[in-house]
Amino acid sequence: MFDIVSFFPRAVMQGVPLLFGGTGEIITEKSGNLNLGIPGIMYVGGICGVIGAFLYEQTAVEMNAFLTIMIPLLSCLLGSLLMGLLYCFLTVTLRANQNVTGLALTTFGIGIGNFFGGSLIKLTDSEVPSIALSATSKVFSRSLPFADSLGWFGKMFLSYGFLVYAAVIIAVLTAYVIKKTRVGLNLRAVGESPATADAAGISVNRYKYIATCIGSMIAGLGGLYYVMDYASGVWSNDAFGDRGWLAIALVIFSVWKPNLAIIASILFGGLYIIYLYIPAGTQLYMMELYKMLPYLVTIIVLVVVSMRKKRENEPPAALGLAYFREER
Amino acid sequence: MNGKNKEPLLHIIKRGSIPWYRAWGIRIAAIVVALIVCAVITMTVTGEDPIQVYLTMIDSSFGSERKMWVLAQNTAMLLGVSLAVTPAFRMKFWNIGGEGQVLVGCLAAAACMICLADALPNGLLIAVSALASIIAGAVWAGIPAFFKAKWNTNETLFTLMMNYVATQLVAFFVIIWEVPKGSGKIGIINQSTELGWLPEVFGGKYMLNVIIILVMTVGLYVYLNYSKHGYELSVVGESERTARYVGIKVEKVIIRTMLLSGAICGVVGFLLVSGTNHTLSTTLSDGRGFTAVMVSWLSKFNPFIMVLTSFMLAFLDKGSSAISTSFGLNHSFSDILTGVILFFIIGCEFFITYKLSFRKAAGKEVKESV
Amino acid sequence: MDNKNAAVKMRNISKSFGTVKANDKIWLDIYRGEILALLGENGSGKTTLMNMLSGIYFPDEGEIFIDDKEVVIRSPKDALSLGIGMIHQHFKLVDVLTATENIILGLEGKGRLDLKAASQKIREICQTYGFDVDPDQHIYEMSVSQKQTVEIVKVLYRGADILILDEPTAVLTPQETDKLFAVLRNMRDAGKAIVIITHKMHEVEELSDRVAVLRHGQFIGDMPTKDTNAQEMTNMMVGHPVELNIERPEPKDPKPRIEIKDLTVRSIDDVIKLDNVSFTANSGEILGIAGISGCGQKELLEAIAGLQPVESGSVSYINDDGSREELLGKDPLSIAELGVVLSFVPEDRLGMGLVANMDLGDNMMLRSFRRGRGIFTDRKSPRKLAKNVVDELDVVTPGISTPVRKLSGGNVQKVLVGREIASAPTVLLTAYAVRGLDINSSYTIYDLINRQKEKGVAVIYVGEDLDVLLELCDRILVLCGGKVSGIVPGRGAKKREVGMMMTKLGGDGADER
Repeated sequence: MFDIVSFFPRAVMQGVPLLFGGTGEIITEKSGNLNLGIPGIMYVGGICGVIGAFLYEQTAVEMNAFLTIMIPLLSCLLGSLLMGLLYCFLTVTLRANQNVTGLALTTFGIGIGNFFGGSLIKLTDSEVPSIALSATSKVFSRSLPFADSLGWFGKMFLSYGFLVYAAVIIAVLTAYVIKKTRVGLNLRAVGESPATADAAGISVNRYKYIATCIGSMIAGLGGLYYVMDYASGVWSNDAFGDRGWLAIALVIFSVWKPNLAIIASILFGGLYIIYLYIPAGTQLYMMELYKMLPYLVTIIVLVVVSMRKKRENEPPAALGLAYFREER
Repeated sequence: MNGKNKEPLLHIIKRGSIPWYRAWGIRIAAIVVALIVCAVITMTVTGEDPIQVYLTMIDSSFGSERKMWVLAQNTAMLLGVSLAVTPAFRMKFWNIGGEGQVLVGCLAAAACMICLADALPNGLLIAVSALASIIAGAVWAGIPAFFKAKWNTNETLFTLMMNYVATQLVAFFVIIWEVPKGSGKIGIINQSTELGWLPEVFGGKYMLNVIIILVMTVGLYVYLNYSKHGYELSVVGESERTARYVGIKVEKVIIRTMLLSGAICGVVGFLLVSGTNHTLSTTLSDGRGFTAVMVSWLSKFNPFIMVLTSFMLAFLDKGSSAISTSFGLNHSFSDILTGVILFFIIGCEFFITYKLSFRKAAGKEVKESV
Repeated sequence: MDNKNAAVKMRNISKSFGTVKANDKIWLDIYRGEILALLGENGSGKTTLMNMLSGIYFPDEGEIFIDDKEVVIRSPKDALSLGIGMIHQHFKLVDVLTATENIILGLEGKGRLDLKAASQKIREICQTYGFDVDPDQHIYEMSVSQKQTVEIVKVLYRGADILILDEPTAVLTPQETDKLFAVLRNMRDAGKAIVIITHKMHEVEELSDRVAVLRHGQFIGDMPTKDTNAQEMTNMMVGHPVELNIERPEPKDPKPRIEIKDLTVRSIDDVIKLDNVSFTANSGEILGIAGISGCGQKELLEAIAGLQPVESGSVSYINDDGSREELLGKDPLSIAELGVVLSFVPEDRLGMGLVANMDLGDNMMLRSFRRGRGIFTDRKSPRKLAKNVVDELDVVTPGISTPVRKLSGGNVQKVLVGREIASAPTVLLTAYAVRGLDINSSYTIYDLINRQKEKGVAVIYVGEDLDVLLELCDRILVLCGGKVSGIVPGRGAKKREVGMMMTKLGGDGADER
């Protein structure tokens, strides 16, 4: 029988990197920046966390739980912030084409991830092409205290590391800020019509910079979560795969609403692993077809949303366009 | 800020126009600076002399006839995909599905070579494979185009997703056709008979590939700039309302242009399988669908400039991976270098479009270009 | 005037775009309690000058004083904090937000966003000045005049006391214009400084206290409105004496050309746009279409041109020999294939009539590219046509390889009209052909239309300026809410009478309907 109690947590854990990436990209896109560099940024976020944790594990005599979390967390945030700044400098300050900059950033970011990953693997002289940070991972994936005592409920909702709850909280918070605050209103205006926002006295470039950098940092956490919690602290090159692109898909899937993204990411996560749950005895090659599901479902949702044509489901009107005040 | 209003120190002004030689001067300067930065990065990582690094790069691409052929082949394939995405881009249809369209082209060619090798004479087999690849690529591009035309469905995401569907489709067939069973690989198709392989011409293994792509380059240039179709798709890209106003059928143009885009990708897929690799795997396209987006944009959608741009990127890719190998770095180092160089090229466009003017407190200004 | 202190003093202001000197050492004073009309032809630098005051552009040189204190305005934010508010010709509103959200946009405030309090304050402002705005309505659901009201409320909400309005009446009906003017007079009497940019001379005379004239980026002069007249102002703007009467030759041998019967059109969201419209347009005659904005003019022209799906009715084209062609259900291409040469100058010049990023030559090709040999376009004749249009209509452009977006409004319109009449049409549809154009360009366009009429073309002229419609057209069809309110002869019709018909079916004497 299909076991929802074991399926659900795996779907959640699969969905969380997408949720981080998706929330980050929603904030970014709300400012009118279409950041296709998110896949690269998530790699950088992951590898920076790994480097931080690696150095700490190597040097610390006795590992302290607080530092074990803070060092990788801060290095991850710093790394993704730098990537966000690079993107902003090129697209906002230098007004470069966003699609191209994003794609180059992805090439660059994946390069950074795999290069430093590869170099660390070499340093450890390990036999397998991966690097394991089990001590750090143990702290990251520590679940809530009563998870085991509450049966299926504990397993489905309490059995996760703190980053999972952080992802949900960040998404809810983002939804609130965008919808209900002045900052959110100004941000929406910048993405919809920068000229209007500018005329209303909003500093368009500052909003674009800040939104994109915060978005990048949140997305970077997705990479960190993936290595430290989902992959149990094991970094191997290219393991993160195409999750960054799925995160971008998630944005459209959830029509730019972070709270919808929570549910959508779990759904995505579920589709992503559903091939593991196909009845035993099915031919191996059928698995490859099941792996198509998340993409096919995205396409179907995309088509259905476009057929319904609701004003509120449209992307920010100025998405992908550079803004120059003196344009005539 | 000290409370008193000051004039901005730096002010950005849009240029009226810039002579072509200065524009290219700026671009070349950017590449030179980028190469210096790359050398510095490589030096800090490897401790090697930068001249040595560049020599390694050049040697990897031009060191022998074989290396030059490989470079030509890589350039041609990247150029092919760049050509393919260009008509769509001119129409402002953001096709980032080149990857998938090439892959289904590969799949179709491989399928013909595997399934029809015994049924058809070799010449016909090659023709059928080519046709099948073209149709497969066109269909793969036509699906998102249909939805775009009909319901304005977001094409960026649609084509992106089609890439993954294509990858899984190829993965599926690779397992079905795998040789030997359980290896997860197909191996060289028709290795002994060479059935369905493109012949060598003029003594070069990749000569035919290069020729076909160059012919397509000229063809596409003419198509885009001198044909009615080319004009129509430019109008649709600029303004759909204007297109309707002069009686252009927008839906038809979108679908037609994407079919062309996909068909060219199909050709590249065919060349990759029948002309080059003679096998099928999910990584055959090797990220070219994405790199092509950059090539096409950096070349301002001009097929002739794309020849240079794809040559440059193919050279960089080759060169930087040679650096990685010969200095014992891992291969991803080349992605970092490519990224750095791209940032410089992308960023330098700013100095072509705008100029900076610095202000002095007295209100006098010193104009500085670049 | 000199004994009053100027609210704004602009001294020696210059600004260039590329090689074009938009403003050249301009001096201008703006006073409180006064409405200043800023006049000048297109491209004379009025909007550029005001944009520097509102922080959109930064001057290349010169000083600005507010209440005799030198200021530097680097951004719209700086301008707002100095009490300067500008209402741009192209509204600066975010479509998907509500009126309230648009109005409080960018304002600083503590704590969470209190939309209720804001909309309460907006209602109060509306009551004070007599505006009719629903604070919770989305901008995309609003009419043009509602949007403009939101813009004005936005500026007032921010407490601006120096107001700049860039062609505020260009899209308003006479009634809406009267309302706006009453508001502006109120604000002037409340001590605010008001600058209005407009091309319409009767508005200048009716509303302003003082006029200032710019020409080719230079300040020509200023004077109290009561000491001058339309003729003098126009001469100053243009630089030489100009004839201000529109000619209206008698139609020669008018014959029915387009016959519309019971035309009914619904928009996508099922709103009725045209309701059983019937009329005939004759050759050699200008048929004017009057009506408040958005009451079916656009749908009517687009239905004739084959761009608008129609629910029922018929549009017949009548050949010289009396034979008929049905145009409904055909797209522009199949209409042309019938041999019907129908030209259309649409309202949205750069978004529909022309391709903004293409050069003059390529824009000429829009109508003729299918004529090339085989699969190729013919590139030579469009270039020749572009040269002809530039020469004959005095289009100011660096060359025919310049993208049309770089041309000024009047020149854009000349290019568009030039292309449309080059195909020797038998029917010419024009929508707001002189909107945003200065006097000189407007007269060029009236002239071109009159020449077409003399050639026997059936002209349908959709306009918003009743004075022009009454002077130019042979007959005027008045639309009201998608229905035909009446057709009156152009000669002898009264402005008031037509105005009434626009707001009420059949006007005053329609009690029997």
